[in-house]
Parts: sequence; structure tokens; C-alpha cells
Amino acid sequence: MDPILFFIFAAVAVICAISLIVQKHPIKSALSLIGVMGSLAILYLLLGAEFIAAAQLIVYAGAIMVLFVFVIMLLNAGEEKSPARPSWFAKLLGIPLMIALLGILSYVIQRAAPEGSLAFGEYTGGAREVGRALFTTYLLPFEITSVLILIAILGAVVLAKKEL
Amino acid sequence: MNFFLLSLIKVGLVAAVLMTTLAYLQWVERKVIAHIQLRVGPSRVGPHGLLQPLADVIKLITKEDLIPAHVNKFFYLMAPILAVALALTSISVIPFGPQINVFGVETYMQLTDLNIGVLVLLAISGLSVYGIALAGWASNNKYALLGGLRASAQMISYELPLALAIASPLLLHNSLSLREIVNAQDGYYFGFLARWAIFQMPMPQIFAFILFMIGAFAETNRIPFDLPEAENELVAGFHTEYSSMKFAAFFMAEYANMITICALATILFLGGWHPPFPVELGSGYVPSAIFGMAAAIALFHGLNPARPKDRFTLPVFAIAFFGLAIAFAIPVLNSILLPLFWFASKTGFLLFLFIWVRGTLPRFRYDQLMRFAWAWLFPVSVVHLFATGLLVALYSN
Amino acid sequence: MSQFYTQTDHFVLLPGLLLTLFGCATLLFDFWLVPEARYKKLLVGWLIAAEAFTGASLYRHTTYLADNGLTELVAFRGSLVMDGFSIFFNWVFLATAVIVALISYRYLEIEGEHHGEYYGLILLAQSGMFFLAAGTDLVTIFVGLELMAISFYVMVGFLRADRRSNEAAMKYLLLGAFSSGFLVYGFSVMYGMSGSTRLSDIAASFAARDPWDPIAFLALATTVVGLLFKISAVPFHMWAPDAYEGAPTTVTAFLSVGSKAASFAFLMRIFLGPLAASREVWEPILIGVAILSMTVGNLAAISQTNVKRLLAYSSISHAGYILLGLIAGNDTGLKGVAIYVLVYTFMNLGAFLVIVALRRENIIGEDVEDLAGLMHRGPGYAILMLIFMLSLAGIPPTAGFIGKYYIFLSLMQTGHYLVAVAAALYVAVAIYYYFRIVRSMFVSDVSEPTPLAASLGMRVAVAVSAGLTLAIGLYPEPFLQMAQTSLIR
Repeated sequence: MDPILFFIFAAVAVICAISLIVQKHPIKSALSLIGVMGSLAILYLLLGAEFIAAAQLIVYAGAIMVLFVFVIMLLNAGEEKSPARPSWFAKLLGIPLMIALLGILSYVIQRAAPEGSLAFGEYTGGAREVGRALFTTYLLPFEITSVLILIAILGAVVLAKKEL
Repeated sequence: MNFFLLSLIKVGLVAAVLMTTLAYLQWVERKVIAHIQLRVGPSRVGPHGLLQPLADVIKLITKEDLIPAHVNKFFYLMAPILAVALALTSISVIPFGPQINVFGVETYMQLTDLNIGVLVLLAISGLSVYGIALAGWASNNKYALLGGLRASAQMISYELPLALAIASPLLLHNSLSLREIVNAQDGYYFGFLARWAIFQMPMPQIFAFILFMIGAFAETNRIPFDLPEAENELVAGFHTEYSSMKFAAFFMAEYANMITICALATILFLGGWHPPFPVELGSGYVPSAIFGMAAAIALFHGLNPARPKDRFTLPVFAIAFFGLAIAFAIPVLNSILLPLFWFASKTGFLLFLFIWVRGTLPRFRYDQLMRFAWAWLFPVSVVHLFATGLLVALYSN
Repeated sequence: MSQFYTQTDHFVLLPGLLLTLFGCATLLFDFWLVPEARYKKLLVGWLIAAEAFTGASLYRHTTYLADNGLTELVAFRGSLVMDGFSIFFNWVFLATAVIVALISYRYLEIEGEHHGEYYGLILLAQSGMFFLAAGTDLVTIFVGLELMAISFYVMVGFLRADRRSNEAAMKYLLLGAFSSGFLVYGFSVMYGMSGSTRLSDIAASFAARDPWDPIAFLALATTVVGLLFKISAVPFHMWAPDAYEGAPTTVTAFLSVGSKAASFAFLMRIFLGPLAASREVWEPILIGVAILSMTVGNLAAISQTNVKRLLAYSSISHAGYILLGLIAGNDTGLKGVAIYVLVYTFMNLGAFLVIVALRRENIIGEDVEDLAGLMHRGPGYAILMLIFMLSLAGIPPTAGFIGKYYIFLSLMQTGHYLVAVAAALYVAVAIYYYFRIVRSMFVSDVSEPTPLAASLGMRVAVAVSAGLTLAIGLYPEPFLQMAQTSLIR
């Protein structure tokens, strides 16, 4: 059952990712990205990382992508007007390069299947485990991230506010 | 028993009850608002308008299914499906009662218990913005677009205080599973005060409850936060261009969201299915007493009818209530029905609160709505979360 | 303290903590105490106070290590380290931040965008640099990098009414995010290889594998691309000239010095830590990149008319020179990198200081022509600019020579003769375009006679930069000892 679900949602993720690039309309691209996020969440769930899966949905699909969609709607961004035709040179060079890259990557990942890789559902990444890791091993990066977010807010205010 | 068969039965039961509740919630709302405004409310179809929901459903199904020419068809059709599907999905993690034993089958009164039930509910409520936003965008109508924009801005803004208000009782309960959260609220202080989260030491969550309810009103786009469908500015907001069943889908989604969020409030703050005072003090007799009294009152008014037809309808109600009172008194049924009764009455009270507020409060202005969320509600919930965390940490040492 | 946050953790974190807290406090301070624009320059004093505390804690780190005979003190379960390397680079960042703050207030007043947030961003960017130099955990380093980068994105776009500034911020943001993507991909593969984010564990995992192992190579390649983006080495340099030109000049100074020094600290941590075992893989790559950087940087600089663009290309070529020290890789080379970074800080800052002084009301003052006849208008600035140009070109007795000397020496010691010859040839090219500026200052006639925008802070900053540029050139001994302590053991 698990491998079947894995292949279904992996396929959905890849199709959505391709659709994200191919779509001309920004809303459709954004929705494809939501599809990618959702299927990734399910892949995490299949691995047993339930907290990460829920966080993926809440943070990416539920918060970040909502803002994307919101901004696209607010700007009322329409379809791309004149789609830039890729030049024959780009096609000639790009397609073989892309295939080569995919080939190399798949070879590398095939070769490198590390010892002790996890089976489906073996990893138990509940909220407790994630929380413990965040407050022990990753305490410092976790705390600095809060400063990072503060700077992002500060930057948004500095760049966007009319009168400082 | 077979897991799939059992699940199927439970799904069927929950779906039937939920759908009926959805339909009748609308009837209750109209009746209550009518009485607040000194009107009668629906009373033509069936006794006291009780068949009104049925009539509405028939009307909505048989209406012409109109798709305006200028809409983006795919997303226009997807939006209501998304809205209603997400709204109905979230009920699957809500526990209605403890483990019960029906004809020798042990099962929980819950479709599925997840370790991360609370997070699933949050995720679904986060995703449900898309239904409304897409509806507004795909309609290709400026009122709908504005309604959709308002809805998404409002739901993003109020999700933060809502999530923070949820987080602080979780600190007390120390779990994300809804069933364990309810179990953590079992027991009584001094033998009579329930250990519900709103009373629980070291930090009674009464403020979190208030914050949660405010956020809940905004998340479900109810008055006083129903800006997305403010009829005097935006016609009907995001669903301006929708008719028949597609409109009904949004309608159902709104009411299903209301039910879910009230059930969540019950679970997080009001002790789920645990009675407000212990069985030793007689909480087990409360439903029987209430239904018995209701039967007596209905009988009295049936014997002294204000209107001619009351002579027939009220005694029928009296018999029904009396039947319920007896059912609650039977020990075998008692163990199943009592938790359900407490859960339903708490959730029902909160739903009544929604309706009550709708009948009494005016709508916010849009800038007030946003300022309220960011400048008041959000800081207060952050401070509350910190205070809870501090007290829990001190108390546990 | 608790098991989560021990005394050692606190001690090692102290400089970063102080910078962060002072940075946040600046925002409140600005909001409550100095709402009026004309008092904003008080914040420079506040920033210097912050740097004084930070410097004191860095000094305590140095003495602690010396007193206890330690080479390093590890904190946060291996996330953060206090060693000579991090202390040395943090002194560089500290000096940069102080000088940039000193020259900024007059410039920002002229630009009409003097806001307290600017000083907060300087401090927060510096705290990011602290974590870049002191972090020994991929996550810490990456968060530090982003902390610095986001502060810089905002600072580059700080002149909100100026479209060039907006454009520069946009380009820098897009390419910066793009390069971070590469970096994180590489990091994720490293994590996949070793199952840990600690640099030491990753180093062990690299050492256990064949250097040409495909997955190790994938991790190395993507990480190196990301790193080279950050130090704006060719062929990943495209963002630098645009970002440098459009940014406020003070920010350009900070960007070209602080950000580059921090990125080099980061690069050294990665190359001498996890990637040390794969030297045979990355050495040819780095040689190619270094030579390309020197070629493109020096040749493109010749045709520039905008001084900021010219200095941008020159900084690309300097990145190439610094990489040479890493390629040599012996103690002399690494010492050379440290001393080069130190020297580059002061000479490059100095050059930008003079450009900042040329910005007056209604005069942009960024073209080579704007420098014309500077000798007659402000002889002091002209002579100091001459010193900075000599130093950038690497001519004795200025500091630039010392930096180049150690780099070349290390190349000779390790037998990279051809590389050394190429690098030496490009010094000649560099002299040509630096002297275009000098000729403009001393030979050309005055193009417009408005006096320079001098302020007390500017005078102090120029004096310090020029003084140090000369001091390191004339009496390098103490600075060489400082660089010696900075070697990663």
C-alpha cells in the first residue's frame, strides 16, 4: 500500500511541478505549487514524519501560498502576454543538458542509496521529537531564525512604508 | 469487527448526523434571529417550519444551474467543491465521546484519532481560504474579487491569534491528539469544579477561550466579521456569481466550519464530553430532567393551545421529549448517550452564541477589523501564550 | 544556567548576542528617544557603544583562549566555536561596521533617507557575519548567512526614492536567493551523506569517501557554486557591479568589504573543514575560477567610467587573489588570506570613503570625471585616495603589497608557478586602471568646484583607514601575528 501511495503522490508532485513552470497564468502556477506542497506533505506522512507533514501544510500551503495567491489576486496579474519563444540555440543546448543533468542526478542518487536508509513509516517524527531536537541540537540556529524573521519584517517595513 | 466495515458505518452515521445538523442549524438560526427581532420566523412548511430545511434543499437542487459566460470555468467549479470538501473533512478527527461498547464491539466515538489532530484541523482551516479566494477570483466580477480578497486577508490575519489561542491550552494538556486532550480534562477540583481547560490550574484558559471564539467568528466569516459578504458594499461578496447547488456548497461549508470550530472549542476548552459536575452530584440525571421538563412544558402548552394547530403538534413533541428522557434514564444507553449529550449541548451552546451575536452585533468596518486583529488580538494572544508557558513551567517544577 | 544554555554557550555566543540585542534595541531607541531627524546621528554613538561592548567580549575571548592554552572552545553542542579564526574575522567585521557607521550619517542626510533602522540593520548584519565566521554547523552558518544577506538586501534598497537603488536591491535579492538555493542544495546533500549538520561529522564523511564519489562530488559542486556566488567570483559575479553601483555608497562600502570578508570566512570554514579531504577535486576548479576572476575583474575595470562599478570589478579581481591563498593552502597561504582580507578591508573602505565624500547636495559624484582636480579642491582627500589606490594596486610600502606578497610567496612555496605568473601579470593591468583615477585627481582640471561633504565622522574614518593601510604596509609584524593566530587548526 505504501509504495503505491508513494508513487501516486510522487507523480502528482512532479506533474504539479512541471505544470508550475509551464502554466502561463500566475494563479495557475501558484495553485500548481500548492499541489506540490500538498503531495510533499503526504510523502512526509508516508515516511512517518507526521508533524513535519502537518507543518508543511500549515506553513507552506496554508500561509505562504495564500499570500502568493492573495498578491496575485490583488495585482490582478493576467496571463503572460507574449510568451518568450526560446531560441533554437537554447533548445539545442538546453534539452541535452537537462537530460544529462537528470541522468547524472539519477545515477548519483542510485549509486548513493546510503546504508541504513529508512523504510516507510519507520521514522517517528512527532511534535515531541521535533521539539526536543529544536531545543537541544538545533537550539542556536532555531533562536537565530527568530532574528532572521525580525529582519525580514524590518526590511518589509523599511522598503514599503511611505513615511518612516 | 472488520476495520473497514466499522469505519464505513461510523462514516455513514457521522455524515447523516452532520448533514441533518447542517440543514437544521439554518432553521434554528432563522428561528432564533426571528425571536430576537420579535418575529415568528419560518412557520409555513410543516409544524413550526420544521420542514423548511427540506424545502430549501429541494429548491436549491432543482434550481437552474447557471454558469456565467465570463468566468474561469475550471476554478469557478473547483472553488465550491474545495470549500465544502475541506469543511467536511475536518469533522473526521473530532472525537464526540469516549470508547463505547455497542453489541460487543469496542470503538471510539470518533472517525480517526491522529497524534496531530489539532494540527490537521489548523491545516484544513488554513487551506479552506483557497475555496473562497478562488471563488472570488474565478468569478471575474469585481464584487466577488473584493470579497475574495477580503476573505483571504481576514482569514490569514485571524488565523494567527486563533492558532496562538489553541497553543496555550495545548501547553496544559501536553498533547496534540484531540482524544488525549479531552482525557486530560477529566476530573474535578474540590470534588465539584470540573478540570476543564477554562478552569484548569495553573493557568485557567478563560482568556484563551475568549480569544479563540473571537478568532473563530472571523475564521468562519460570521457577523461581526462578515466583511467578505457585506451585502451593502459587495452584493454577496465572493459567492455573488454562484447559484443553486454551488451556492449551497458555500453555504454548507460555512455552517460545517461553524460546527467544527465549536466542537474544537468544546474539546480544547470545555472538557469535551465530560459533564460540568461529577456523576456523584447527579450530573447523570440532568438530561433526563431537562427532557422531562421540556415534555411537561410542551404538554402544558398543548393542553392550553395559543394557536389551533398547537393542540396536535405540541403533544407530539411532548411524547418525543418524554421518550428521550426515558432513554437517558436507561443504564445501558446511558453510557453512550450521556457523553454525546454533554458534547452536543456544549457545542450547541457555542453555536447558539454564534447566532445570538449575529442577531445583536453590527458589522465592523474593514480597517477596524484589521487593526483589531494585528494591534490588539495578536499581541494579547502572544502575551497570553507566554504567561501560560511560564506558569506551566513554574508549576511543573 | 540550564542544560540547554550553559555558561560556555553564553560566553561563546556573547558577541553575537550583544550585536543582536543592540541591533533590536536600536530600533526601539530610534522609535522612542530620537524621533526627530536631526538627532538621528546620536545613533552613531549608540552603535559605537554596541561595538565597544562587542569588542570587549572579543577581547575576553582572546585572553580566555590564551590564558587557558586552548585553541578553540566549542559551544551549543558543536554549533558554534570560538577560535582564533572567528575572533580575527570578527575584529574585521567590527572595524568595518564602525567605519561604515561613521561615514553614513552625513551621506544619508544628504540623500534624505536618514532613518534609525539603518544602524539597526548594520548591527544585525554584523551579527549574521558573526555566525558565519563562528558557526560550525550547516544550519547555523546558513541562518547566519541569510541574516547578513537579508540585512544587505534591505540596505541596498535603502534609498527608496532612487530607482537605481531599487533595481540594485531587486537584482541582488534575486541572485542572492538563487545562489542560496544552490548552497542549500549542497548542504542538503552533505546532510544526506553524513546524517549530521556538524561540519566535523561531514568532514569525516567526506574523508571516508573517494573524493570522486558521485554524491560527494554533487555536494561539493553545488556548495562551491553557492559559495562562489557569495564572494562574487567569476563566473558568478554578474550581480556585483549592478548591486554595487545602485546601492547607497556607504552600503556599497559595507557590502564590498564586510559581506565579502564574511563570505570568505564562511568559504574557508567549508573548504578547510568538510571539503578538506577533496582538495584534489576543488583545487583545479578554484584555480580556474581565480584566474577567470582576475581576468574578468581587471579587464572589465579598465573600461568603467563609474568609480563604484570600477571598484566592483576590482573587488572581483581581489576575490581572485584571495582564492589563490586558499589554493596554495599551506600556512603561509592561509595567513596570506587573513592578512589580505584585513588589508583589503581598510584600503577598499578608504576608497569608498572618498567617493562618499564626493556625494554632495545635487551632485552624485560617482564618475571618474567627478574626481577631476580633486588635488586642488581637497588635497587631503586626494593624497589619501592616492594611498588607497597604491595599496589596491599592491605597490609598496602600502598594505596591499604585504597581502599580495604572502599570497605570491605561498604560491611559490607550493609550486604553483604558472598561477603566480598570471596573477603577477594582472597586477600590471590593475595598476593601469587605478592610475586612471589618480591621473584624473592630480592632472585634470577642476570640473566643478563645490567643496567636499566632510563631517567629523568622515574625517575620523578616513584617518583610521589611511593610517592602518600605511601602518600594515610599514610595520606588518603585529598584524602578521594576529593573522598567525587566526589559522584553523
